[in-house]
Amino acid sequence: MEFFGYKRKEGRAGIRNHVLVLPTCACASETCRVVASQVTGAVSIIFNTGCADVEANTAMSQKILTGFACNPNVYGVVIIGLGCETVPHAELREKIRTMTSKPVVSFGIQEEGGTLKTIEKAVRAARDLAAEASLQPKEPCDMSEILMGIECGGSDATSGIAANPAVGELSDRLIDLGASTMMSESTEWIGAEHVLARRAATPEIHNQIIRVCMDYEEHLRLAGQDCRAGQPTPGNKAGGLSTLEEKSLGCIHKGGTKPIVEVLEQAARPTKKGAIVMDTGGYDVSSITSMAAGGCNVIIFTTGRGTPTGNAIVPVLKVTANEDTYRWMDDNMDVDLSPVIRGEKTIAEMGGELVPVIRDICSGRLTKAEAYGFSDIAIDHVCRFI
Amino acid sequence: MKINAIRINAADNVATCVTNIGKGEMAAYLLDEAAESLTAAEDIPAWHKIALTDLAAGDHIVKYGEVIGKADRAITKGSWVSHENISGIPRDYESELIGLPEQG
Repeated sequence: MEFFGYKRKEGRAGIRNHVLVLPTCACASETCRVVASQVTGAVSIIFNTGCADVEANTAMSQKILTGFACNPNVYGVVIIGLGCETVPHAELREKIRTMTSKPVVSFGIQEEGGTLKTIEKAVRAARDLAAEASLQPKEPCDMSEILMGIECGGSDATSGIAANPAVGELSDRLIDLGASTMMSESTEWIGAEHVLARRAATPEIHNQIIRVCMDYEEHLRLAGQDCRAGQPTPGNKAGGLSTLEEKSLGCIHKGGTKPIVEVLEQAARPTKKGAIVMDTGGYDVSSITSMAAGGCNVIIFTTGRGTPTGNAIVPVLKVTANEDTYRWMDDNMDVDLSPVIRGEKTIAEMGGELVPVIRDICSGRLTKAEAYGFSDIAIDHVCRFI
Repeated sequence: MKINAIRINAADNVATCVTNIGKGEMAAYLLDEAAESLTAAEDIPAWHKIALTDLAAGDHIVKYGEVIGKADRAITKGSWVSHENISGIPRDYESELIGLPEQG
């Protein structure tokens, strides 16, 4: 099976060919938004960190910024900085240039004499990159070029009993086709970590999975916080999920059954192919942000209660097995998995039907969040999201 | 019989209702293609759990064939099982780690 994508000099193929207008810090975010709004083919992110921060937060911000720039769905990058942030634009630009051969240019608002002068130069730069990007032809790509992130949010009882198992089936089938998948949200493994660890390809990976959960709880305990206190959320409870264990068992079903070949730190890039897990919080927007920085080119998102979330550079496909949610929020839901709930289709059939859906998204079909231009982002901190 | 609940694993002692089930109405679920049923002891909202057996305080609640918590108090067969009457069980991470050969 193949899809039509954009071959890259290094790493996986892109399924989009965006020009990314990237702020170094919060102060440049609005300027980036204005620049991207002027250029067809350009996207931007709002960045809420990058300055006046402790070292670990700066390191995470840099992983996200460089990870987004290197994501295969990005053709080229226009960086805009302020001038007095922790990592100025020229330094970020050079760092990105050591990681990728894609075009990267940068500007500083203080150097240029304000936002309007910066916008003028940055719009011209983004326009030229978008023109170059528009000349790159799509080529047939093997399914092994796909790295699909798997996310869930706004879960209810249908997520765990239908949507997540169906996506788990999809994950297994994609891996059989040579693709890789990435499941994150390690706080949501807690309570089911022993079940997840049974999938580890090696005893070392088994222990890494357990330690990720141990370390997460300890990390929060040191900050005087308890990650179990907020979980399940009031929305989860109203939807029928009573304990963290119940939520977690339903949650890990979305990762399928294939052996786990790698456990990644947050926002890190995989070195293996197959089923991969990443240590992130369960906050869906933050988790998606980290998986996009880790190089996922497509993300599937299961929900029960419904969510509009989208990412600037990685298409997010929303699926639900709650037919009421699918009907009520049909402007935000992409695929209806409720036939599983009604007993009309098996989990295996439904998961199989998602394979061509993912192939079409990878060939260019817009998800709903993408069509609306949504660009949600959340960057994790020293005191981590849960 | 109309199926209106899902029992995921043969070991489960709860099923998930997929519609609102009123007190005195039947909850029916499939297991290995055979339909089983029981009477709801109280109103149970859609997507919430129904106890398939009588449970004593402290009994494990099993879903997906795994323990999802324990009963805070006695729960009779047919009753609504929710965060109001079950709680999670803290896990012991150390015992879950596999002993690995010492690195040389």
